Amino acid sequence: MNPLQLSLGFSSILFAVGLTAALARSNSILVLLGLELMLNAANLNFIAFWRYGPAPEAATGVVFVLFAIAVTAAETAVGLALVIAIYRHQHNVRLAEATSLKG
Amino acid sequence: MAQLVDHLWLIPALPLLAAAVGAVTPRRGRRLAAGAAIAAMVGSLAVSGCALHRALAVPAAHLTSNFSWFDLGFGAVRLGWLLDPLTALMCFMVCFVGLLIFIFSLDYMKEDENFTRFFCFLSLFAAAMLGVVVANSLLQLFISWELVGLASYLLIGFWFHRPAAAAAAKKAFLTTRIGDLGLLVGLVWLYDATGTLLLYDGGHGVLEAHALAGVAAPALAGGLAVSTAIGLLIFCGAAGKSGQFPLHVWLPDAMEGPTPVSALIHAATMVAAGVFLIARIFPLMTADQVLTAVPIHALTVVAGVGAITALLGAVCAVAQHDLKRVLAYSTISQLGYMMLALGVGSWVAAIFHLLTHAFFKALLFLGAGSVIQAAHHEQDIRRLGGLRGPMRTTFATFAIGMMALAGVPFLFSGFWSKEEILHAASEWNVSHLPLYAALAGVILTAFYMTRLLCEVFGGAARTPEAAHAREGSAVITVPLIALAVGAVGLGFLGTPAWPWLQSRLTGAEIPSRSVLEGGGLMALSIVLIAIGLGAGWALYGRRARTTAAAPDPIAAAAPRLFSFLGAGMRFDAFYAATVGRLNGWAAGLADFLDRRIWDAAIRLLARLGEGTGAANSAADRAGLNGGFDAVSARIRGTGRAYSRAQTGEAHGYLRTLAVGFVLIALFALLVGRR
Repeated sequence: MNPLQLSLGFSSILFAVGLTAALARSNSILVLLGLELMLNAANLNFIAFWRYGPAPEAATGVVFVLFAIAVTAAETAVGLALVIAIYRHQHNVRLAEATSLKG
Repeated sequence: MAQLVDHLWLIPALPLLAAAVGAVTPRRGRRLAAGAAIAAMVGSLAVSGCALHRALAVPAAHLTSNFSWFDLGFGAVRLGWLLDPLTALMCFMVCFVGLLIFIFSLDYMKEDENFTRFFCFLSLFAAAMLGVVVANSLLQLFISWELVGLASYLLIGFWFHRPAAAAAAKKAFLTTRIGDLGLLVGLVWLYDATGTLLLYDGGHGVLEAHALAGVAAPALAGGLAVSTAIGLLIFCGAAGKSGQFPLHVWLPDAMEGPTPVSALIHAATMVAAGVFLIARIFPLMTADQVLTAVPIHALTVVAGVGAITALLGAVCAVAQHDLKRVLAYSTISQLGYMMLALGVGSWVAAIFHLLTHAFFKALLFLGAGSVIQAAHHEQDIRRLGGLRGPMRTTFATFAIGMMALAGVPFLFSGFWSKEEILHAASEWNVSHLPLYAALAGVILTAFYMTRLLCEVFGGAARTPEAAHAREGSAVITVPLIALAVGAVGLGFLGTPAWPWLQSRLTGAEIPSRSVLEGGGLMALSIVLIAIGLGAGWALYGRRARTTAAAPDPIAAAAPRLFSFLGAGMRFDAFYAATVGRLNGWAAGLADFLDRRIWDAAIRLLARLGEGTGAANSAADRAGLNGGFDAVSARIRGTGRAYSRAQTGEAHGYLRTLAVGFVLIALFALLVGRR
């Protein structure tokens, strides 16, 4: 097992954990946490392929990941704002109950 | 005055204007309508007088004024005015007699509420008749000719609320239309053969040598010349209008019209139009005379028809009881004489007789009108009688007219014109049968006119109406006197000793011949007239009828013959049994075809159309509509299925995404490996 394979295995496990959390939890915030885990698994892949790829000198992978983190932060902010809006509307954050777009 | 011919249109235009005025005048505008009509006639008479003066100065010339009516692709339709002695004399006669009759009508129609309409129609008639006379194109003549027919229809049916008058008007219109069909076909053929319908056109007209030479060839089946066929077709029209056998049946019935109408149209002018037409196209009628091998000449037919008509009219006149019908049959007979004269080649004699006849027949009809008005519209001569005392002027003028018609020698115009005709007939080299028919007619004419005069004016009044009859006003008597003067004086224009009229009409000097030359014939006719007059006096004058119911002497002797003649030789019944029945069958056949054959075919087509429509509609509904409906239902179903997937549950979506991702990944792994 070389380091790349170990990294990919780790990120796969992390992705599976995140997916399970996103699918299985009913709390909207925990679903968002699962999504974050899946995204970070993808970021880990970027880093791994950059670090053990053919051109580790240029900082391409890090830049990619920094962008992804920035986008993810914005997305999470929107997601949390939605969660707050849902809470105000139905006084809980259960995702299974937020089925209607109509207020 | 050279341009007079350019203004010849004024002659028909003035009465036409008067007719237009009359047509828009309300009923109470009697003075306006009658005044316009009479003023127009005076104006036309004045122009005619100038034209007559001009035409007599150069009698041989045919002055014309032609113009283009409208242009067609292959040329122009040209009309024109024609001035020659024939035109001028006819115009003058029509205007003069017409004017007198218009004046007479002022009094005769004074109690009719449609007085203005009457004068409108009279003016229309005068305009149409003058249009016939001055036309230099056969097309123009035909147009006016039909207008004459229309005016005649309107005037015969003037009292249209009487069924007999309405039927008579219809009969006159339809009968003359049969002849006019021949005329129209003749004109079309003539146009086809010569390329023009102008009569005189500086050498190119149909009556000039160039065109005549073209149509005088024996080109038809049986060696018949083209001009013969065209001439006979045109003669059909003339026969219809002039009441010639076998189309004479409308003329006696036309007496249902007001008496001035009978005088103007059915005695003096309109019925003379046929004679005028044949005289006008006389060069065309004689074009085939140069051919000797043709089976028949057009003029031979004209002479034959004229002779038959002259005799037939005279025979039927003997047995009439209606004052006006006696005169109507005598008109038929006299028109037969004119046609006879045309047929034997003497158109001058025909026109001479036409002119004298116009005067004395108008006189007789107006005299009859005077009697009828005085006797409260009693027309049956058996119920009149004894009028010579109370109606002296009418009696005197009527007697002059009667003697002119009967041909009493030397003093009266009818004698001279009839002598001309007899003379011409005796010189005809084809047959002498027309002469014998004409001579028999002479006896009968003298006889029936004596009968009429004795029945109406002789004896004693047989009914209260006749007893109360009084002479009318000067409006009635002055036209009678004027016409009586003409009936006497006109004859002296054309005596054998001084043939002024003949030489003026032909434009060539005709040598005068002694009255005694051909005196044998004249003596014979004088004897025949004397026999007729004597027989009439013996039967009706010597012992006048005493009661209205007493039988006629001839009826007492031969009742069946008398009633046969009284019904006009039963021509009406004969036509009803032949032409009428044939027409009925044809109509029945047409009706059958219409209902059973054409209608069925049309119904079948309709059914077919209906069937196609139904099939179309079914295909539309089942095929097209059904197809679209099915497609729409499917789209709706799909939409419903998709919308079921839109649950709004984020977990569901996420799950689907994950499964889809896994499937794509598996697919990529499996396919990508190869």
